[in-house]
Amino acid sequence: MTLLTVSGLRKHFPLKKDLLGRGGGTVHAVDGITFDVAQGETLGVVGESGCGKSTMARLLLRLIEPDEGLIRLEGRAVGTQMPLTEARGKMQMVFQDSFASLNPRLTVEDSIAFGPIVHGLPRAQARERARSLLARVGLEPLRFAGRYPHELSGGQRQRVNIARALALRPKIVILDEAVSALDKSIEAQVLNLLLDLKVEFGLTYVFISHDLNVVRYMSDRVIVMYLGKIAEAGPAESVFGDTRHPYTRALFSAMPSMDPDRRTQQPPLIGDPPNPIDPPPGCRFKGRCAHAEDICGRGDITLTSAGAEHRVACLMTQPGSGHSSAPGKAA
Amino acid sequence: MSAAAVDVREAASAAPAAQFAPTQGYWRSVFSRLMRDKVTVICALVILALILMAVFAPWIAPEDPLKGSVMKRLRPIGSEGYPLGSDELGRDMLSRLIFGARLSLVMGIVPVLCALGIGGLLGITAGFHGGRVNTAIMRTVDVFYAFPSVLLAVAISGALGAGITNAILSLTIVFIPPIARVAESVTTQVRALDYVEAARASGAGNFTIIRVHILGNVMGPVFVYATSLLSVCMILAAGLSFLGLGTKPPLPEWGLMLNTLRTAIFQNPWVAALPGLMIFLVSFCFNLLSDGVRSAMDVTR
Repeated sequence: MTLLTVSGLRKHFPLKKDLLGRGGGTVHAVDGITFDVAQGETLGVVGESGCGKSTMARLLLRLIEPDEGLIRLEGRAVGTQMPLTEARGKMQMVFQDSFASLNPRLTVEDSIAFGPIVHGLPRAQARERARSLLARVGLEPLRFAGRYPHELSGGQRQRVNIARALALRPKIVILDEAVSALDKSIEAQVLNLLLDLKVEFGLTYVFISHDLNVVRYMSDRVIVMYLGKIAEAGPAESVFGDTRHPYTRALFSAMPSMDPDRRTQQPPLIGDPPNPIDPPPGCRFKGRCAHAEDICGRGDITLTSAGAEHRVACLMTQPGSGHSSAPGKAA
Repeated sequence: MSAAAVDVREAASAAPAAQFAPTQGYWRSVFSRLMRDKVTVICALVILALILMAVFAPWIAPEDPLKGSVMKRLRPIGSEGYPLGSDELGRDMLSRLIFGARLSLVMGIVPVLCALGIGGLLGITAGFHGGRVNTAIMRTVDVFYAFPSVLLAVAISGALGAGITNAILSLTIVFIPPIARVAESVTTQVRALDYVEAARASGAGNFTIIRVHILGNVMGPVFVYATSLLSVCMILAAGLSFLGLGTKPPLPEWGLMLNTLRTAIFQNPWVAALPGLMIFLVSFCFNLLSDGVRSAMDVTR
């Protein structure tokens, strides 16, 4: 069952011009993204820094107003058919920076209870819920409820943030690099906690990360983003096993191998990601792609099916696209 | 299914959750750190003593501060019946200094409090909304910011005419811009933090977010800054009175006393210096107090 449908989501940030009229332009942070999330699954979102992952997360919660696009939650359009407050109760987010996402003046318990109180739960009940959630995320309420964020470690703070996100009993939790700032050992603990909570509360995750191993471990389906667009999307085993898009391949070959004999010798990607300010037409990746041809610069490249549920935005996978490596019509 | 599981757990954890973790509240920890800072404690005590002195002036002062004696003018410190001497009209200096604390403290504190309210409101509104609202408020504030504070206070007082109310009004106007500026910059910083976004994501409205998440984090630094303005305000108020724009004689006020006694500086320099000494003492204590509060409020240490 589809829980969340996102269609044509777009956000461009105009840049200010200086006094002489120089500069300007538009950052194409998220540029027409369409996907859906099924009830109970984990959707992984990967991509380099600056590819629009975090902007997308904030767009989903309407922390930033999208320029275009429709978000449907449980079949109802957020903002029109479903009030924003209701949507925000059903969708919650865990941020990357565990310290900045907790109010330093509030106790851990008050931070967690804030959301339910806003949604009309009596204060005492909200605190009760906060303590039971603290216990659930592995923080003994008697020891931790009255503490302030600066008295906790990074892992403990992130557990509090998870508890805070769960306090409204959401359907979907968006995890925006939620474990990226943690130590590896703590990261594993928190990931396992997330998996347990998912089963227990019947949650659906949108798991945003730049760490491919973690995404592979967590996700049922994966979206690969490049400069505000989806490069490749599909079931995790298919995207990781039968990688189609040259960008995804480059990204995956950048994963360090555990086997010293199979060390990566060549840098898989040359240069920084191109500037998202006023990108040229055609494939966004063509400047760094080994297989780029003239045809790649013409027109928009759409996500096309490449096998069951696996979609790729690359001309090489599209029969009859005009790219020399494209499969023939018969194939 | 999962909801039922939650309820069971809630019931289970409800029983032992009666007693609390023994963690200090934020303000309590600030207070305990303040108490350990001896200089700040002494300054606070001095200011408290001066305030009490001002409140209970009629009971403490040995003489009527307005009663003069032509025969006993400009007595030196320690003369009979005049422990701190007498002024140019033969009024008891001790009584006048005690009564003077009333007006001087009021004129030092009230403008800053008023400016804290107005400037804080303006600054938080500007910082929280950003964009055009911010530009409109802050550019207007900047116009006042362009003048030196003394000049501005004198100009406004001069335009409105002499008098205590007008002096307080002009000082309030002088202190709104700096407080608004500090409030705006702190709010802008706080607003960008993830916990404000998280609060918004919880479905909270602007008012609730400002009340719960912005005010507590902004008022601390702004309050400390305002404390540091108290001494400036005291001095400016005294300056206005000195120029004849604040209180009018014969009312006792330290700045005005400094002015009227200035002619006697060669006959009786110590008596003439007394009001200045009081102004110095109060502003010095307010300054040290604000420094102490500032460092006590630094949570991260």
